[in-house]
Amino acid sequence: MNASLWALTLLQVLLYAALAPLLVGWVRKIKALLQNRKGASVWQPYRDLYKLFGKEARMAHTASILFRAAPYIVFVATWLAASAIPLIAIPMPTSAIADVIVIAGLLALARFFLALAGMDVGTAFGGMGASREMFVSALAEPAMLMAVFTLAMTAHSTNLASVVEYQLVNDNILRPSYMFALAGLMLVAIAETGRIPADNPATHLELTMIHEAMILEYSGRHLALMEWAAQLKLLLYGVLLANVFFPWGIGQGTGFAAASIGLVVIVTKLALLGVALAVSETVLAKMRVFRVPAFLNLALLLALLGLLSHVILEVGA
Amino acid sequence: MSGFRWLHDYLAALEGEHVVLREEADPHTLPPAHRLMVDGEDWGSAAKVSAAFGHRHAGVWGEHIGDWIIVRACLAFEGDYLVLETPVSPQRPVLPSHSPYYSGIDRLERHLQDMLGVAFLDHPDSRRWTRHQAWPEGSYPLRHESPASGTPPKRTPADSDYPFVEVLGSGVYQIPVGPVHAGIIEPGHFRFHAVGEDVLRLEQRLGYVHKGIEKIAEGRDPEGLARLAGRISGDTTVAHTWAACMAMERAYDVSVPPLALAIRAILAERERIANHLGDIGAICNDVGFAFAHMQCARLREQWQRGNQSVFGHRLLMDRIVPGGVFRTLTYQCAELLKTQNQDLSKELDSLLPILEDQPSLQDRLANTGVLAAEDARRLGVTGYVGKASGMDYDVRRDHAYAPYDRLTVESPCLSAGDVAARVQVRASEIRHSLGLLNCLMENLPKGPVQAEWTQPAKAIEGIGVVEGWRGEIVTYVRLGEDGRVQRFFARDPSWFSWPALEQLIHGNIVADFPVCNKSVNASYSGHDL
Repeated sequence: MNASLWALTLLQVLLYAALAPLLVGWVRKIKALLQNRKGASVWQPYRDLYKLFGKEARMAHTASILFRAAPYIVFVATWLAASAIPLIAIPMPTSAIADVIVIAGLLALARFFLALAGMDVGTAFGGMGASREMFVSALAEPAMLMAVFTLAMTAHSTNLASVVEYQLVNDNILRPSYMFALAGLMLVAIAETGRIPADNPATHLELTMIHEAMILEYSGRHLALMEWAAQLKLLLYGVLLANVFFPWGIGQGTGFAAASIGLVVIVTKLALLGVALAVSETVLAKMRVFRVPAFLNLALLLALLGLLSHVILEVGA
Repeated sequence: MSGFRWLHDYLAALEGEHVVLREEADPHTLPPAHRLMVDGEDWGSAAKVSAAFGHRHAGVWGEHIGDWIIVRACLAFEGDYLVLETPVSPQRPVLPSHSPYYSGIDRLERHLQDMLGVAFLDHPDSRRWTRHQAWPEGSYPLRHESPASGTPPKRTPADSDYPFVEVLGSGVYQIPVGPVHAGIIEPGHFRFHAVGEDVLRLEQRLGYVHKGIEKIAEGRDPEGLARLAGRISGDTTVAHTWAACMAMERAYDVSVPPLALAIRAILAERERIANHLGDIGAICNDVGFAFAHMQCARLREQWQRGNQSVFGHRLLMDRIVPGGVFRTLTYQCAELLKTQNQDLSKELDSLLPILEDQPSLQDRLANTGVLAAEDARRLGVTGYVGKASGMDYDVRRDHAYAPYDRLTVESPCLSAGDVAARVQVRASEIRHSLGLLNCLMENLPKGPVQAEWTQPAKAIEGIGVVEGWRGEIVTYVRLGEDGRVQRFFARDPSWFSWPALEQLIHGNIVADFPVCNKSVNASYSGHDL
């Protein structure tokens, strides 16, 4: 029993890494179609990663050990954070070790090293990107925690597996607090994963970049890891939104059949989320850097409203 | 054109400033401009009088003829052009500067200083401009003794000690950008001084695409010069070629057949539309609105394929030749162009309203990169940058040259001066150009497309003024007795829109620079020559 549980968890973790580029490829494909273009194949991000892993990693003369180590730390921390979120089935031994606060901590760790690496080489762009990233994340993190706490209060646990299970087992009623938390978390996810309107993942303009500016100096396998970590982060937020708010279909046992159904269901949910993201990125222009705080304040406000409505409407009901 | 109604008062004002006009000047040798010869000492006073009259400075250039360096300045007022001329001795090459009265002329004077070694007294900035560090001190490429091939050093010294003006203060940091950029654009260096995200100062360092156009033009025949002019800036090839041909045709008094003129105008308007389309898309792309970019890129591509099938060149290079155009327009081609006009205006009817009604897009473009009308006037900016900031000037309308003298040219003029206004000017220029194209196609004259080209055996000079898609282009050509070019100078509108960019970025954030830059879209190549 325990061995199969760990096997399933290992499978989930591997699936995270394997599916991450596909989600990015899917979003790009839909965006291209919406712009009347054919676009690259959905497999293109895999090819890019493969290409980058095969290339020589060039380093600036001023780069320190931190610059070399950062891609591995960023990738591993992001991956670990993802491994604590149920992807295809709920029973996960990892969720006993890591709750949502640990996930937020791991993401913060990754960001911390990403920002340090951005500043390490000493180029103006890296420093600028790092300062912008910190500026955005300082506002995004409280909003994210607030949104997740709304769920945690309902389920009486900060453990994501329990939150998901609580919602599945108990009831299917529409909770106003969940709606607010969902809206808040969506805004946070957009800002945190560097999507339009907070950041533009497709830009070549150094001066407008946030995330891309920090990894400008990377090449080869280091760049591949950084890119992969960013893709993982997008998938992580996608799964968080899909499984925590709409958990139906996720495998509740350790059986192979349940897990397979869970996989099909989550892929479908992510595909739909990807379409929604692509549509919103097509109809919106990127906002000014100084509008991002207002955007994240809205996220915080929504999360706070969720918390309040939980206390007022749902406690004791 | 006012027909120089103001000239009498101007001459009186010059006399009031004790500016001595040299008698030997024949004012009618540079039609349609009026030429005045002044003494070197009076060079600055003449500019002072012009500034007081409200003249716009349209450029300054020099030339080494015999034992003298002749410096010429072009001023525009009410659609008339005035050329001031003064000789300077190469032994003691100093001249008062026009920059105190015309701050936009700063770089052209530094360019002249670098190329011919004429030092400008009381010039606010003595740093080199075009002549980068590879040229040794005291070598002036446009002087006789300097070979056309230059004297390339074995290894170019590192370009690290250009003295940028520094902004000091706590929390001020510099951001060096370029000369190599991430996108597929030309090279140029931008030095930002910023506090946090706010830009305190932007300084440009250009000259990386200096090709020696002025020097290699020497000794060319008219056809060769027209081809060279078409390569000053690839996106403005039609307008530059037209301006150069116009200068030579005026010099030789060649009258171009009406059909050739109409075809030239068709080429110029098609160039304008193609570039404006590309720009509108690129501006939207710089604020992350890729949809517009894709649509505009598609429209532009179709437009340029039309160029390829009708005129045989996507960018319309070398379609204008001295005395006319390379070939006539067949009936089928004319029909194809008409269909393209209709298709494009139908597409624009659906595309432009989307852009105008997109709140998140307008939020980024409105109030970004505002160029005040006062600054635009001071710098003498023309084209869409000027028109968006209240400079109501269009060569096609105000200094009408054939065939525009027979057409009604409308020119948009806005006062907001922001990126949104520059997009709006472009959009309405596309509309107007489509109207002009329809008008030209309907009344195509008949006849030859190539004038008889006769060269009188005497040295002769001419000036060409054309409204390119970026704005006014002023071209000066002087040909020797053998019919070979002795001096060629083409003033691209970018000479004034680059300083305008430095100006309009004030008070904006670093992250908005790309969209401001794209909305100005000055040419590196046209500026660096």
